[in-house]
Amino acid sequence: MKKIVVVGNGMVGYKFCEKLVTRPDRENYQIEVFGEEPSPAYDRVHLSEYFSEKGKDELLLASKSWYKDHEIKLRTSSLISEINTKEKEVITYKGEKISYDYLVLATGSSPFIPPIKGSEKAGVFVYRTTEDLDAIKTYAKKLQKSNKSKATVLGGGLLGLEAANAAKELGLETSVVEFAPRLMPRQLDEAASNTLIRKIENLGIKILINKATSEISGKEEIDALTFSDGSRHETNMLIISAGIRPRDELAKSGGLKTGERGGIFVNNKMETSATNVYAIGEAALYNNAIYGLVAPGYNMAEVAVSQICGGDKTMAAHIDMSTQLKLIGTDVASFGDPFIENEEVSAITYENKQSGIYKRINVSRDGKKLLGGILVGDASEYQNLFQIYINGMKLPENPEDLILGSRGGENSSLGSVTELLDSAQICSCEAISKGDICKPLEAGECCSMEDVVAKTKASTGCGGCKPMVTDLFNATMKSLGKEVKEVICEHFDFNRQELFDLVKINKVKDFDEALNLFGKGHGCEKCKPVLASIFASTTMETANKQVTIQDSNDKFLANIQRNGTYSIVPRIPGGEITPDKLMTIGAVAKKFDLYTKITGGQRIDLFGAELHQLPEIWKELIDAGFESGHAYGKSLRTVKSCVGSTWCRFGMHESVSFAIQIEERYRGLRSPHKLKGGVSGCIRECAEARGKDFGIIAVESGWNLYVCGNGGATPKHAILLAEGLDDETTIKYLDRFLMYYIRTAAPLMRTAPWLEKLDGGIAHLKKVVVEDSLGIAEDLEKEMQSLITNYECEWKQAIEDPEMMKRFKHFVNSDEGDDNISYVPLRDQKMPKAWT
Amino acid sequence: MQELLAQYQSVTAPEVLKWVNVGKAKDFPENGGACIKYKNKQIAVFNFARESTWYACQNLCPHKLEMVLSRGMIGDKEGIPKVACPMHKKTFSLKDGNNLNGEDYKIAVYPVKIEAENVYIGFID
Ligand SMILES: Cc1cc2nc3c(=O)[nH]c(=O)nc-3n(C[C@H](O)[C@H](O)[C@H](O)COP(=O)(O)OP(=O)(O)OC[C@H]3O[C@@H](n4cnc5c(N)ncnc54)[C@H](O)[C@@H]3O)c2cc1C
Ligand code: SF4
Ligand code: SF4
Ligand code: FES
Repeated sequence: MKKIVVVGNGMVGYKFCEKLVTRPDRENYQIEVFGEEPSPAYDRVHLSEYFSEKGKDELLLASKSWYKDHEIKLRTSSLISEINTKEKEVITYKGEKISYDYLVLATGSSPFIPPIKGSEKAGVFVYRTTEDLDAIKTYAKKLQKSNKSKATVLGGGLLGLEAANAAKELGLETSVVEFAPRLMPRQLDEAASNTLIRKIENLGIKILINKATSEISGKEEIDALTFSDGSRHETNMLIISAGIRPRDELAKSGGLKTGERGGIFVNNKMETSATNVYAIGEAALYNNAIYGLVAPGYNMAEVAVSQICGGDKTMAAHIDMSTQLKLIGTDVASFGDPFIENEEVSAITYENKQSGIYKRINVSRDGKKLLGGILVGDASEYQNLFQIYINGMKLPENPEDLILGSRGGENSSLGSVTELLDSAQICSCEAISKGDICKPLEAGECCSMEDVVAKTKASTGCGGCKPMVTDLFNATMKSLGKEVKEVICEHFDFNRQELFDLVKINKVKDFDEALNLFGKGHGCEKCKPVLASIFASTTMETANKQVTIQDSNDKFLANIQRNGTYSIVPRIPGGEITPDKLMTIGAVAKKFDLYTKITGGQRIDLFGAELHQLPEIWKELIDAGFESGHAYGKSLRTVKSCVGSTWCRFGMHESVSFAIQIEERYRGLRSPHKLKGGVSGCIRECAEARGKDFGIIAVESGWNLYVCGNGGATPKHAILLAEGLDDETTIKYLDRFLMYYIRTAAPLMRTAPWLEKLDGGIAHLKKVVVEDSLGIAEDLEKEMQSLITNYECEWKQAIEDPEMMKRFKHFVNSDEGDDNISYVPLRDQKMPKAWT
Repeated sequence: MQELLAQYQSVTAPEVLKWVNVGKAKDFPENGGACIKYKNKQIAVFNFARESTWYACQNLCPHKLEMVLSRGMIGDKEGIPKVACPMHKKTFSLKDGNNLNGEDYKIAVYPVKIEAENVYIGFID
């Protein structure tokens, strides 16, 4: 038995273990892993998600028990401080000596701190580990308490921009300082950088380029940066992201060959200058370079495993450094050689300043080969371009079609995924080829997308390849004659549209009947809310009727918040409210001590109501003339309006009156996902109507109707459906549009992705809604009319019925409330005590 | 917060030292849940009417430590009865409390019996 010692339990060190334990000769090796960090290896690539939703556990690549189950001795919080390649041993910081037969150095890198005076001051951070993020978060909170809010990121590279976005999401007023004349200097050319700067500044992050920082000033805490041009930039926090330095200190002191600018020297077998010592990941210097991405690191781990076990895998000579910026809210990608342009290679560029899009591809003069490129603002072609580049595929006759789309005939310029070679690499993080994905499907070893991901691990790294893996899966299943149907869950072999029709045609009355007639088992958290929505959209039944199939919020007609209390949003149609009603809301909020905030949809949200308080609060609101705002439902939320021609000097029509009319028309309408609307009184668009599922904008000749927009994670502008309409026609088209969406969309699919998937797109939708090409317009209108007629305020219904009220109690056997809830003060109001 | 979690340890029917009457069967919605209080514990009780079975577990979601599981939807995963937490839809087996999403944390479950229309939960304290 041979002993392998791994130093470093980061992403690559973990991958080494994962690859090793799947080998048939695994029993020949004993494995001991040392990691300096307190937690086992986690997904550093998605580190920023640690700020938002993901806890430490969710980021782990494998739990502690995984190591135990695979007989790997994992020692966390254990720094190795020395290696001795003569004695073949490593020495821990406590002086303990552990001998090895093979040593693998996977020590990663540390953030580079440029030698700037003052970098030791409080408020200066780096961005690499969960501990760094914890520290940043705590400091940000401290700043906010003292009403300070300025953060700066030093370095406008990939990581710096990600850190800037994270700082912004923490609520800080964020700037980025870059020394070079452009952002992401290693990936973008000047035009691309300019486009990106405009985009990012629109997101509210300030960009300063061409700025060399000479000093970090402040007493104990940072308060400003001074630049070499003499100018000053005030900031309360600094996140340094100025590049990485390989952690080669062990190698250096152990006498291994290292690079001049750092990095542990390795050959294409990942061997260092000492026998039986390997280096992998960001610490390794291969081909004179350090690779700050997971894909090459994973590749190195695989090579090292193969070499140690007597195999012959080696590292390719050329390493692909294609990257996509994630999270910041705008698309940026670069692949291959983004800058190359010479006698043999010409660049084709497209720039649209209006919509902030820049695309560049570098094509060989003979028009045969794609060598690299850049995409900013719209990277939807990235996966296709990357495939063509990495697999050396043939280009279309007019290479510009690749970024402009084919502007001649109907044919798409890009081949379909089925045309790729079996060896074509699809997931670069896990080095998975097309064949790796298709073969198990063809052999019947995998039958679902989940199977494929579980077997190959494709798309579990950066996730960028997911759309392509999905396309491949669908295409392969289709070619095998197996229909890939998006069924709802294991209990119903139907998609939402089919279930909708089944429920309607068979006049199914409740969930149990649906399950008995068309499903199996006992249902789950996926199919229950889908059916609840279908029942509501076919008969307008309220959430009081089948309580136990309602989703978390609908069940109690309120929005559950992080501490298990609820928030309440009364309907305020069009955002218009009388002073008296405003005072009622204030009085209720005061009486029940509710945190009060204005929402983005021109309403008022009252937070912190306990379950048993909801009915009392609603009774007061209803007595004052309010009704449910359905903020908790996948249903119509609000129709936002600007003040329009009644007050505004630019207004063309009465936008508020029309917004109120429309909101009252569709109130309580349940749909596959939430629905938002907006009405603006002129093209200045103060109501931001085009950021909604339906937007109405006044023009000289009437109303323009836009559909399928949204804000949120992937903002989309609504698209023009019809123009110059009168009130009546606008409403008629809206009825048809909404009902068509409700009938056909998948669960939790908003109108924008629905339109994207709709065969024929907006042209088809126009035909159906305006020209009635399917001959269903009258049905759609009738269905909508019947829903509108049957509307009832579900809160009024609930508080008038003692049976329905029973559910608003925390305990069945006691009248007390939840004793687990506690609050801390926040700017004269309160907020839930934080999760631990 | 660890103390809070430590209060909840699974109990099996043979271990029960005390059956506590927690209410009338009709007070618990069919195919849904409700919460009861016993000493300083909050217990979620589920009336799995489709199977004519009852289940009980801690009301505390082990993921974010809020008292919410009784408000979750119930159902099954390949035949295993389960509850989905209303916060992030983490799912747990109602039979043995196991995490059905493959994460580490799980929940404590308690035995339930129905006698003369009354619901009893078994405790060892
Ligand atoms: C915020 C962020 C976003 C990123 N986004 C992307 C992305 O989108 N795409 C991409 O491809 N890459 C991305 N990366 C880079 C990617 O995370 C790294 O390439 C990858 O983590 C490298 O893995 P590694 O194992 O070599 O190093 P690491 O993950 O850093 O692991 C090295 C480990 O070794 C430990 N160690 C070091 N010395 C010792 C010692 N002497 N004794 C014991 N333990 C020691 C360290 O504490 C560390 O835990 C991102 C990185 C960050 C920080
Ligand atoms: S959109 Fe036009 S009408 Fe409405 S507030 Fe703005 S400027 Fe006035
Ligand atoms: S309110 Fe919306 S954007 Fe804000 S934290 Fe919650 S989910 Fe995120
Ligand atoms: S390419 Fe990163 S996960 Fe597949």
